[in-house]
Amino acid sequence: MTEGSDKKQQLLSAITQKFGEQFITEQVGCGRVLTFWVAQTQLQQVLCYLRDGPDKYLMLVDLYAVDERLRQHTSDQPNCDFSIIYQLLSVQHNFDIRIKLALIGDYPTAASISTLWQNANWYEREIWDMYGIVFTGHPLLKRILTPPTFVGHPLRKEFPCRATEQPPFSMNEEQLEAEQQALKFDPADWGMSRQSADSDFMYLNLGPNHPSVHGVFRIALQLNGERIIDAAPDIGYHHRGAEKIAERQTWHGFIPYTDRIDYLGGVMNNLPYVLAIEQMAKIEVPERAQCIRVMLSECFRILSHMLFYGTFAQDLGQLSTIFYLFIDREKLFGIIEAITGARMHPSWFRIGGVAQDLPQGWDKMIREFIDYFPARLDEYDVLTMENSIIKKRTVGIGQYSSKEALEWGVTGAGLRATGMDFDLRKARPYSGYQQYEFEIPTADNGDCYDRCWVRVQEMRQSLKIIRQCLDNMPAGAYKASHPLTTPPMIDKSKQDIETQIQHFLNVSWGPVMPPAESFVAVEATKGINGYTLYSDGSNTSYRTRIRTPSFPHLQMIPHLSRGVLLPDLIAIIASIDFVMADVDR
Amino acid sequence: MHELVTPVIILLILLLSAATLTWVERRILGLWQDRYGPNRVGPFGLLQVVADMIKLFTKEDWIPPFADKVIFVIAPMIVMIMMLLGFAIIPFSPQLQIVDFDNGLLFFLAISSLSVYSVMLAGFSSNSKYALFGALRATAQMISYEVFMGLSVMGVVILSGSFSLREIVEAQSEQWFFIPQIVALGIFIIAGIAESHRAPFDLPEAEHEIVAGFHTEYSSMKFGMFFIGEYLGVILISAMIVTLFFGGWQGPFLPPILWFLLKTSVFVLFFILLRAATPRPRYDQLMSFGWKYMLPLALLNLLLTGAYRLWTQ
Repeated sequence: MTEGSDKKQQLLSAITQKFGEQFITEQVGCGRVLTFWVAQTQLQQVLCYLRDGPDKYLMLVDLYAVDERLRQHTSDQPNCDFSIIYQLLSVQHNFDIRIKLALIGDYPTAASISTLWQNANWYEREIWDMYGIVFTGHPLLKRILTPPTFVGHPLRKEFPCRATEQPPFSMNEEQLEAEQQALKFDPADWGMSRQSADSDFMYLNLGPNHPSVHGVFRIALQLNGERIIDAAPDIGYHHRGAEKIAERQTWHGFIPYTDRIDYLGGVMNNLPYVLAIEQMAKIEVPERAQCIRVMLSECFRILSHMLFYGTFAQDLGQLSTIFYLFIDREKLFGIIEAITGARMHPSWFRIGGVAQDLPQGWDKMIREFIDYFPARLDEYDVLTMENSIIKKRTVGIGQYSSKEALEWGVTGAGLRATGMDFDLRKARPYSGYQQYEFEIPTADNGDCYDRCWVRVQEMRQSLKIIRQCLDNMPAGAYKASHPLTTPPMIDKSKQDIETQIQHFLNVSWGPVMPPAESFVAVEATKGINGYTLYSDGSNTSYRTRIRTPSFPHLQMIPHLSRGVLLPDLIAIIASIDFVMADVDR
Repeated sequence: MHELVTPVIILLILLLSAATLTWVERRILGLWQDRYGPNRVGPFGLLQVVADMIKLFTKEDWIPPFADKVIFVIAPMIVMIMMLLGFAIIPFSPQLQIVDFDNGLLFFLAISSLSVYSVMLAGFSSNSKYALFGALRATAQMISYEVFMGLSVMGVVILSGSFSLREIVEAQSEQWFFIPQIVALGIFIIAGIAESHRAPFDLPEAEHEIVAGFHTEYSSMKFGMFFIGEYLGVILISAMIVTLFFGGWQGPFLPPILWFLLKTSVFVLFFILLRAATPRPRYDQLMSFGWKYMLPLALLNLLLTGAYRLWTQ
């Protein structure tokens, strides 16, 4: 911790010296993330300095806005109506930095940074879509998550949160027609031409209902024969407004929603959320709970990778792998069900621990599985990874370098396939990951094949971690005894009135978190999944920002697909491993 | 009467077995992929075939408004008719063959070339982009592989000295042709898969890339005809493999017709196994594989067989 604060002080003084104290204001109390406010005039320079300067904050991890107008506890920040937060990551130093920009006015304007980071493009579109903040200099400021005909900006505080606050929804024939017309792809909007000197281009609408776009993802392709000239991804078909829902649910009540962000990640999604709350509430989680969390998270990593593996082979035309993997998935889901009572979305982690203790006989089931699965993995290696057609289809396809990966905000297996061993479980261990022995598999080429290979190896490492959990499961409580633990341990609340009241409040009204900001990211199945929580001292979150890995990954598709053939695009899409719920939230 | 009854019976049996093959394929795939397949309707799910037929016949027969109606309707018929015609020359047993052309083999090649029209016309008349992709792929793929298919069987023709399938079978009484013509067999099988566009060469209908390819817009029994046509194609190619390389009806103990059916079933199963096992190559890889490896190999085989023949005479 001290090392982190030293680093923070050094960096902050370097920046203040360079840009002048009047422009830089530090905000304390944001955990280990260095946070400061910067004047609008200096923003570009500060970002440039951080990106190109000595510390190389090469990755724009997240970019989002907060509607500050209704916030009560604002003593530690400048007066503003909206704030935009630029979160940068230096992989080299394993250090986060958060730059905040204060904006005044109902529909303020900010300068676009899409020239500095490629992936800022979509993030800025999202902010415009959600808040109506205009970015000057943005190449294509269109709606991204909501439909093109949408009226209003949903994450603004005046936008109604519940359907009951609005008139009933209806759609007549004309509106339907208008909606459909609005969805028509016009190449001119994207700056694409209809023909070149020697050929007319074909525009192919791939999705939102296409067998291999893994959900409702639409991508309009500019084609010359089967060769892709350009691509225009269209997302938002799976947008549920999870971040808005978070502002009306209690802290506890939002947990089930997190399960469905990356719907293959199960309880792994709960983890960053409850960790962020625990950081805010300063709850110490007992060791047993931590170990259970790690074990289940790794189970879900395997489950998610299994599905990836199967669909990857399937998208390349190999039908059988997915059926074998589904049988293995069934086995593991059976264990998950025995432990948590649910299969894909257990919502089983709680603020301060997990929902229940492990059932009797859990260790036998887990042991059976981890003894059984490695042999199967070896079999699939022969079936799929060593198959020469698979290699021909994927080696050298969709290749990118580490530099490109950082520039586009790629994390997870996609980053590790380029040779970078950045894994949050090792880089900044959470939930006791420092106690486990495992390796970070990396590959060198950064192509479709390597991305799959890395995931296959990760399954083996996850098995290793699960075995360690199994052999060293600590005894003790499965939930903390902190008053904000929700729901609190019932045995204590039967003893005295104070804990009884606390119990009653936590389960009825919901726990009240102290005003704070917290950010926790975990190495989720698909990359870095981070929750930034803003508490304004109430029973709901003031703002919940969900940083999902798939969002920037998907943005990279046009970059990867230019010049390849249509089947290669399918291989690229398959190798990225995204779920649309994770993109759209 | 006899000349009329036999073809009709064979026709019915063929249609029935093509329909049953849809069930066989799903059950066998199920077996290989550790799952059940259709096992609910009737004993072992056998009536699934009937259920599917009822479904296909009673579904709305929809012709997209943007399609070219006449060609759209004709296209699926072509494939079925061509595949059925192809069986006319197959010698099922010494007694059972609808017609024995002197140049039966050429007839077979002509028939399988004509079936390209079905796919091509279906794709073009659908007037949809995915169907167009499918048609383009299918046309290029089938025409290319036609070449190697034709060249590969010439070795058999040289050895037997005849284009008549019956004579080719009879010429194998001493030794089945797959032994001297092992290379040709490989080429013929690969070309046969490409011709019937089955996995792994199912690029014209690769669902993960171009949805359903040339039959994307088809529904009801018109889709059913493509479907049956594909399975007839599988049976036809298997029957041809048996006739050309595995001695046709010949074999000890069992009656000839049984031998023929047995050998054909083995290759049908092989086709299904391929689908369970292999991924799909990319379109350009498939084409370059054909022209860069298959063609020289087929030519070389032809040359060597010819030389051998001249030398032994």
